[in-house]
Amino acid sequence: MTADSRPDEGLWRELTRQALARLVRTCGSARFDLCEDAVQEALLHAYQRWPTQFPDDPLGWLTATARRRYADHARSDARRRHRETRAVSSHPPVSPEAAQRDDSLLVLQLCCHPELPRSGQVALTLRAVAGLTTAQIANVYQVPESTIAQRITRAKRRVSELGRPLPSPEHAEERVTAVLDVLYVMFTEAHHTTTGAPPRDADLAAEAIHLTRLLRGSLPESTEVAGLLALMLLSESRHPSRIGPDGDLKPFDEQDRTLWDRELIDEGTKLVERVTPAAEPGPYLLQACIAALHAEALDIATTDWDEILALYRVLELVTGHGNPTITLNRIVAQAMVDGNDTALAQIDVLEADHPRLPRINAVRAHLLEQANRPEDAASAYRRAIAATVNLAEQQHLRNRLRGLSGVNE
Amino acid sequence: MKYLILMQVDPAVLEQLTDEQQRQLREGHAAFMAETKERGEFIATQALADPSQSKVIRSSGSGPEVTDGPFVESKEFMGGFYLIDVADEARAVELAEQIPDANIPGLALELRPVMFADLGDG
Repeated sequence: MTADSRPDEGLWRELTRQALARLVRTCGSARFDLCEDAVQEALLHAYQRWPTQFPDDPLGWLTATARRRYADHARSDARRRHRETRAVSSHPPVSPEAAQRDDSLLVLQLCCHPELPRSGQVALTLRAVAGLTTAQIANVYQVPESTIAQRITRAKRRVSELGRPLPSPEHAEERVTAVLDVLYVMFTEAHHTTTGAPPRDADLAAEAIHLTRLLRGSLPESTEVAGLLALMLLSESRHPSRIGPDGDLKPFDEQDRTLWDRELIDEGTKLVERVTPAAEPGPYLLQACIAALHAEALDIATTDWDEILALYRVLELVTGHGNPTITLNRIVAQAMVDGNDTALAQIDVLEADHPRLPRINAVRAHLLEQANRPEDAASAYRRAIAATVNLAEQQHLRNRLRGLSGVNE
Repeated sequence: MKYLILMQVDPAVLEQLTDEQQRQLREGHAAFMAETKERGEFIATQALADPSQSKVIRSSGSGPEVTDGPFVESKEFMGGFYLIDVADEARAVELAEQIPDANIPGLALELRPVMFADLGDG
């Protein structure tokens, strides 16, 4: 078997996604698990056959094969025999450009169904839409392959049980929030991998961006989809500066901005500028606007903190003041505008309501260090070190603690 | 989120268990493993030998020194663990409560978040 007679991995994955989308559109989401199994079987068949007999229309071949496999399974199910096989067999061949946009969106929405647990949504999306193998997903999360396989099986079964009517394209927008949230979780999880971690089989950030581009193709008018894509591109632009030459995590204020990826910044910024927000901008667009302001600043001092603070206030408003992490970020911006004392007092108030909020002591320690209170900063750093579950962040906080002037460890 | 559930055991307590309690303990652990596997939350479990089997290796100042016996002498010791991957801490606690040890006076479970994991290339 020679590698060059087969499509590359990107094309395989694209074909898988489209074949599944077509099959689900034909057979209905109540048969999602059978559809996904059929596509996997067709893929296996293609993988064996294509090196010697490459089809003229790979997608058509894959879809037709998957449809036959599905029909075989459906036929063996006596109760559904007539209805199913007739519907599937009589379905006309799909032209390459037919209804692809809506079908991708359909499968994404099924995978991100709000009734599924988050881990099931993410695993199923990576498998059924991004086209990763179970082994690749297991490697990303560093869990056994059987664990991921089981999550996918459960999620597929649940989607089929839910078997709701297919969403119609004109109501796509209102069903898209769950998809956005799953893609954002996927993206942020990519940055939780610690320094010194084993190399991963797949780049979750790249997958999430790829899927969000796909979603934007389906919903070009959605300001929140555009916002999420811009937010991802702008965050990803800082990736080259996240890890310093010594392998240590570099927090935002210590990053070398000359390393930021200008192409990604330009694309993200243009996206934000092009979007005309509705009466009320959504949370992803607001966060993208904040990220764009950071991206265009030369350094911390010349950043437009007034504007960023104003945007965080709107963000708190549209999320109903229900997200303490957003409030913590707003307090960081507030420190730059109104000074450290105001911010520190607000952190105390926030902590009273959310005593275990991640990073709250890291932010406090940083502000105390800025305010020239090394003893108090040291004690906040120690609490932050104990509270974090991220190895790279812990190392960074230890470095900051050691760097405090006039404090002996 | 990955969590390690450490099982703290006390040999004196285990000795006193009735046959019925031992059966419940065995079946409870089997049921726990079956459920976490079915839900895609199970990663691994291991049970450890008695601390009398332990060796402790520590620096003597001029290189490693090996001694027999446990690191700390105590009535209870870590008898084994479950490694799970769950949505959040609340779910981890919920699972730990399902382990039969949680209902036997004198035994206990400790839950700790995992910060780093490498499962090898397997």
